[in-house]
Amino acid sequence: MSARADRPTPGWLAAIPAAWLAVFFLVPFAIMLGVSFAHRVPGGFYEPGFELDSYARFLSPFFGRILLTSVALSAGAAAICVALAFPFTVILARMGGRAQTLVLVALLAVLSLSEVIIGFSLSTLLSKTAGVGNFFAWLGLIEESRAYTPSLFALMTGLCYLALPYAVLVLYPPVSRLDPELGEAARIMGATPLRAFWTVTVPMLRAPLFGAAILVFVFTLGVYLLPQVLGQPAHWTLSVHITDQAIFQSNLPFAAAMAVLLLLVSLAMVGITLLLGRAR
Amino acid sequence: MTELSLHGLTKRFGSFTAVDGVSIDIPDGSFVCLLGPSGCGKTTLLRLLAGLEEPSAGRISVDGEDVTGTPAHLRGFGMVFQSLALFPHLTVAENVAYPLSIRGTPRDECRRRADELLSLVQLEGMGGRRIHQLSGGQRQRVAIARGLAIEPRLFLLDEPLSALDANLREHMQVELRQLQQRLGVTTVVVTHDQKEALTMADIVIVMDKGRVQQVGAPMEVYRDPANAFVAGFIGTSNLLPCELGEGEITVSGRRIALDPGDRVKARPGEAVLSVRPEDIRLSADGLPGKISFVRDLGESVQVLVEHEGHEITALYAPGARPEVAVGETVGVEFVPGTRVVLPA
Repeated sequence: MSARADRPTPGWLAAIPAAWLAVFFLVPFAIMLGVSFAHRVPGGFYEPGFELDSYARFLSPFFGRILLTSVALSAGAAAICVALAFPFTVILARMGGRAQTLVLVALLAVLSLSEVIIGFSLSTLLSKTAGVGNFFAWLGLIEESRAYTPSLFALMTGLCYLALPYAVLVLYPPVSRLDPELGEAARIMGATPLRAFWTVTVPMLRAPLFGAAILVFVFTLGVYLLPQVLGQPAHWTLSVHITDQAIFQSNLPFAAAMAVLLLLVSLAMVGITLLLGRAR
Repeated sequence: MTELSLHGLTKRFGSFTAVDGVSIDIPDGSFVCLLGPSGCGKTTLLRLLAGLEEPSAGRISVDGEDVTGTPAHLRGFGMVFQSLALFPHLTVAENVAYPLSIRGTPRDECRRRADELLSLVQLEGMGGRRIHQLSGGQRQRVAIARGLAIEPRLFLLDEPLSALDANLREHMQVELRQLQQRLGVTTVVVTHDQKEALTMADIVIVMDKGRVQQVGAPMEVYRDPANAFVAGFIGTSNLLPCELGEGEITVSGRRIALDPGDRVKARPGEAVLSVRPEDIRLSADGLPGKISFVRDLGESVQVLVEHEGHEITALYAPGARPEVAVGETVGVEFVPGTRVVLPA
């Protein structure tokens, strides 16, 4: 009894986050799950029921393409973000204390920008009338200004801009803790700096690199505004279609079913990470 | 065959000079200890040798070949870091064979050589283990085996034994020395532990404030220190201010005639007298002092005597323990022929 009373953190404190999660996450999720099985009334709303009609629509080739587009876009963003963030973080960790702080603050400032601001800024920057096309034309690189948006390039740029700070923040602690003597040891033993990077730095950071990729993947999977602002209709992701179905088509059961699928895809990625983490 | 030669080697970090004009020639197959207090520049000097730092001035040559501008990975040296810097993502055998595999040695040859090296450091059959499964002493041996994998021209070690406990450290000192003698590889070890330096080295290089204070064989440095810093840093020395005259010194107003065996390195005038604790005798004559402490260390007996604000340490074998008690007044004498008079 006394041992329990002596514990510095009382156990009942855990009830607060538990209640929070239950009220704001589990209950809405249960409602969404219920709606996904509901019967849609065309031209109206929906009536309670239990049918698999909404899930059946996943089996169409059209829907398969949407799912593939979503996964491919997020995987691409994850690969690009990690490929950019890793060398960036390695260089950052070698900088002086002041410079590191400045860069990290700048990076955190980017996090304060919302998807909306990033989307419309890029859209303007890549447009024909006000964008970089004018600059390229002035330099003589191209004959006359052109628009670079909407396009896959514009969309990827937006997704990476949004997710890169997260990748850096995940990689920064393990990279900065890496003993510089390990790289030096590799150098003395005959490895060129590049060889040392591939044979020592990369394998030692495999887990954080994988973690950063998963974070970017799951994070960009939920992005629904950028594909509409910067992408072509072919680049509309599952998240865009959920919004479209829920708000414009008034098909809440189908939107809910897609949301459930999106959650399952995200959970599957997290599960794979955990499995790979345990295997090491 | 490696003769290591440093010429005016200097390293400055901004306005701070870490290594200041070091020039030494080290014969092939020597075991060299760089000895000095922390911040004396010994680690920087080792990193200059390894190619991890670029010298601000000076030359490094090995076998007459100038390697000053050669990048670290082309020098063909072996090194053991203070943190050991073993790779946790590789097995013991893969760690040991890393320098070979990086040079494109076939896998079978790597495995054979790793086994050979592991048995050299008495770690037979441990090749498949992970680094975190090894004890401190075993990790030490893996790092040494890895450093020797390519039969380096020069073997560098940075405070290699500092993480081990006292018993294991003494054991590893002897083992490292025996290994080095067997292989004949020119070896440079950085240490701040003078006992370690005296145990292992052929040549001791004593450094302070970036400069070489003395180079010599261990007993030479111990018996015949070049200056008061070396005398104070190597072992325990009794350092007393004195006045050097013609064939005699004056300590606390008392004249002591010098013996032909005594070494005088100072000019007449103010100087410092250095005497080892084992060369102090307590008698009725000599400098008057008061016994302040008697310490039985088992292998020896240490007697501390207070003389005009200076603490003088005398060391006796247990059998020769003087009959003295704390608070007693005694005379302190210095055995003739053991006295060293150094510049003040």
